[in-house]
Amino acid sequence: MTDATFSDGGAKAQGGSLTAQDDRTRRRNRAETRFKAYGIAAICTGLFFLVVLVTSILYNGVGAFQQSFVNVSVYLDPAKLDKNGARNIEDIKKVSTFGYAPLIQNALLEEVAKNSIDTPLEKAKDMKNLLSASAAAEVRDYVIANPDMIGETVDFRLLASSRVDGYLKGRVSRESVADDKNISVEQLDLTDQFRDAGVISKSFNMAFITGSDASESRPESAGIGVSMLGSFFMMLVVLVLSLPIGVAASIYLEEFAPKNRFTDLIEVNISNLAAVPSIVFGILGLAAFIQFMHLPQSAPLVGGLVLTLMTLPTIIISTRASLKSVPPSIRDAALGVGASKMQSVFHHVLPLAMPGILTGTIIGLAQALGETAPLLLIGMVGYIATNYPDSVASGFVDPNSAIPAQIYQWATRADPAFYERAWGGIIVLLVFLLTMNIIAILLRRKFERRW
Amino acid sequence: MPALWLVVIALALATLGFFLGRPRALATGGGDIRALHSRPAYYGWNVALSSLVPAMGVLLIWMLVQSFVVNSTVAADFPAQAVPEDQTLSLVMSDVGRVAAGIDLAVRRGVISETDAQNLQVGGSNIRDLLAQVGKPLASDVIEPVLTAAQEYRALASTGNTLRGVAVLGVALLGFGFAFLRTNSTFRARNVVESGIRTLLVLAACLAVLTTLGIVLSLVFNTIEFFKIYPASEFFLSLTWAPSFGGGSELGIAPLLWGTFYISIIALAVAVPIGLFSAIYLSEYATPKVRALAKPLIEVLAGIPTIVYGLFALLTVGPLLVSVFGDDGVGIMQAGTAVMTAGLVMGIMLIPFVSSLSDDIINAVPQAMRDGSFGLGATKSETIRQVILPAALPGIVGAILLAASRAIGETMIVVLGAGAAARLSLNPFDAMTTVTAKIVSQLTGDADFASPEALVAFALGMTLFVITLGLNVLALYIVRKYREQYE
Repeated sequence: MTDATFSDGGAKAQGGSLTAQDDRTRRRNRAETRFKAYGIAAICTGLFFLVVLVTSILYNGVGAFQQSFVNVSVYLDPAKLDKNGARNIEDIKKVSTFGYAPLIQNALLEEVAKNSIDTPLEKAKDMKNLLSASAAAEVRDYVIANPDMIGETVDFRLLASSRVDGYLKGRVSRESVADDKNISVEQLDLTDQFRDAGVISKSFNMAFITGSDASESRPESAGIGVSMLGSFFMMLVVLVLSLPIGVAASIYLEEFAPKNRFTDLIEVNISNLAAVPSIVFGILGLAAFIQFMHLPQSAPLVGGLVLTLMTLPTIIISTRASLKSVPPSIRDAALGVGASKMQSVFHHVLPLAMPGILTGTIIGLAQALGETAPLLLIGMVGYIATNYPDSVASGFVDPNSAIPAQIYQWATRADPAFYERAWGGIIVLLVFLLTMNIIAILLRRKFERRW
Repeated sequence: MPALWLVVIALALATLGFFLGRPRALATGGGDIRALHSRPAYYGWNVALSSLVPAMGVLLIWMLVQSFVVNSTVAADFPAQAVPEDQTLSLVMSDVGRVAAGIDLAVRRGVISETDAQNLQVGGSNIRDLLAQVGKPLASDVIEPVLTAAQEYRALASTGNTLRGVAVLGVALLGFGFAFLRTNSTFRARNVVESGIRTLLVLAACLAVLTTLGIVLSLVFNTIEFFKIYPASEFFLSLTWAPSFGGGSELGIAPLLWGTFYISIIALAVAVPIGLFSAIYLSEYATPKVRALAKPLIEVLAGIPTIVYGLFALLTVGPLLVSVFGDDGVGIMQAGTAVMTAGLVMGIMLIPFVSSLSDDIINAVPQAMRDGSFGLGATKSETIRQVILPAALPGIVGAILLAASRAIGETMIVVLGAGAAARLSLNPFDAMTTVTAKIVSQLTGDADFASPEALVAFALGMTLFVITLGLNVLALYIVRKYREQYE
């Protein structure tokens, strides 16, 4: 038998030598190369998407950290601001921002004359569109704080309007303003001349990072500071609640729980909760915390509670994994020298598992920080991030927004100037997430132990 | 007394208890540690926990129950004929709450005194100005019954707060005293403390069950409310979704489900091939160096918040697609927000989800099977296609189902990227909307929670919950049932 097969062996049947490939081998090798190429293409597509995403965030968002300002010396006319001349603070307060706007516009006209700029815009009113609506309020606040300065000429650095700002950043062009009633082509020409003269200049926009949300008509003064504070208070609630509860639940399930129906039920619940869509947690928050318990709407406290429930499964799963990775010999040794079960867990297992638990918690917090959908349902949208909370306690219960909810808010507004803010907000959010993740990775690197 | 102070006082009491209980135990044992049943610290912990835990429990339950009780009492006392015609009781009650909170705030800031606040009249001093002054502007003038109710609200809440303080501190002191008096050298402090801690651990673990219960109850009750005022048959069978807050809405879920599934299918069509091939390449072909670099980079995509993807869809992908398929190009796309936009971006989001799950599953296929296949002369790709993938198939199907459940439950991408029009269309470049997007839009307006237009969101949430839960359970079932047992 063997002889027979040997006599018409493979090499003879295919009629070639071992070194030359036959058709079938070539086809198989081509299929092999193709298959490998699919894999490489898939990886490259994935990485390509990542690069596009990051580039588009940076390209669109960096602008939000720059802001155009108008440097102008305003003469604080006593005849307009304090008719009685008594410098009575109550009288000064009676002059509204409408009384201040002409002063600033006149000051800009003077700049035109001083820099001998040639422009068809001759009236003070024509200057209005160059300035932000909040510029007059800024001057008014200054005067109310320093009533003695009335009658003097003071240097101000005022916000330029969002159109001027967009023009200097390349977002607004002469074509795009053709039928824009908020700015004209002549005003853009003047902007160019002012920029050359140094009256209008761009500089770092601290107000975006520390400021509060502004109304629909003033994208140039909208900032993310207050919603950052909202996020901070929420994360505080999440940390304070989810870390102890998550660790306690994991310890019970991993170390103490007997194998029975009840613990099975808990385990199934936890794994299912981890897969429940986040918006369902928002519905829970709305129905349970706001409708049923009447907790305040839009409050970071409620947001924190909802996010806690959402983060708990993540924290429990990672905590259990790190408890599991502590070898049983540690427990046995503790029990062997007379420790109780509880002592062996709290004195020996838990400290050894702590780095893993902290890493899991930080990653869970990062997830919660970026979550938006449940916050929309409990009312953390709208112009609510316009004021700083009065105190720490009111920081938890006063209506506020959160970074992602604020970004959503900006993304849904009509003025494209807000889009730049939204991208900028994303940069802020990603910086936080990146920092948290790096801390988690460093923690793991430094303390991870292989048993 | 504010809740924060109660917590601080209870904590202080607990600390005091710890430092009093410890020496007391030692003293009863004659200063000799060997005479004690437990180590001295346990006696301290016993006193501390006995005063802190029950007090905090009372505080928590009180806080949960009080506002509920106060609200329902005030609502029950509210004269039914005083409810304005165009409003409902729940709207008026939220007004009452706002007035009460505003007056409280005014008193706290010292704008008016407590006695003045109690004597506020509708006619005399203008309450609206007062509230605007402390940053709680009202939409309309306060009517007499609302003010009366607000005063009743304040009175009840302040009585409640006083009682709360008494109850919490009373319980804390009782626990303190009880545990302190029990402290002596024969008292089994360690056992008591350990069983107490164990109870706390069990309670923490039960929170997961409570959360599920809360989700199910809040969905079920509101869904039942909804079906009382809107026929269930219409909801499930009607093909139009046209809510109008004036009444006469048509609330058929079909267009929303269609949008949801269409977007999910596109997302999976993007994510599954890319994710699966990445996983295959990373686990079978890539050198350790490439793997160490590419795997975390792809997983970065999973760590990016969905709002970022939403903005990316709205402002980058949408306009890009319009420039190709819009009126200047192919001419089948009207606006940047469309099924394709949302589907593509969601697909990008799901790539790491599919790839890392499949990666784990492929890695779990034992090396012996690969070696066997290679030994028979198969090439690497033949081994993968004919040996590894069939072995890993149940796991991969499970991963795809999990990804599908993610796609169906995803909110921010569709809210920003898919548009708001509910329609049944086959064109992937049309704007459509999904279940999640409509939950957001129905619940973020100023709608009254008793109207069908708001309650429908709970029925939608229920549908979503059932579908995603079903997919997850199915995924687990497939993995368990068809998993190859290698050992």
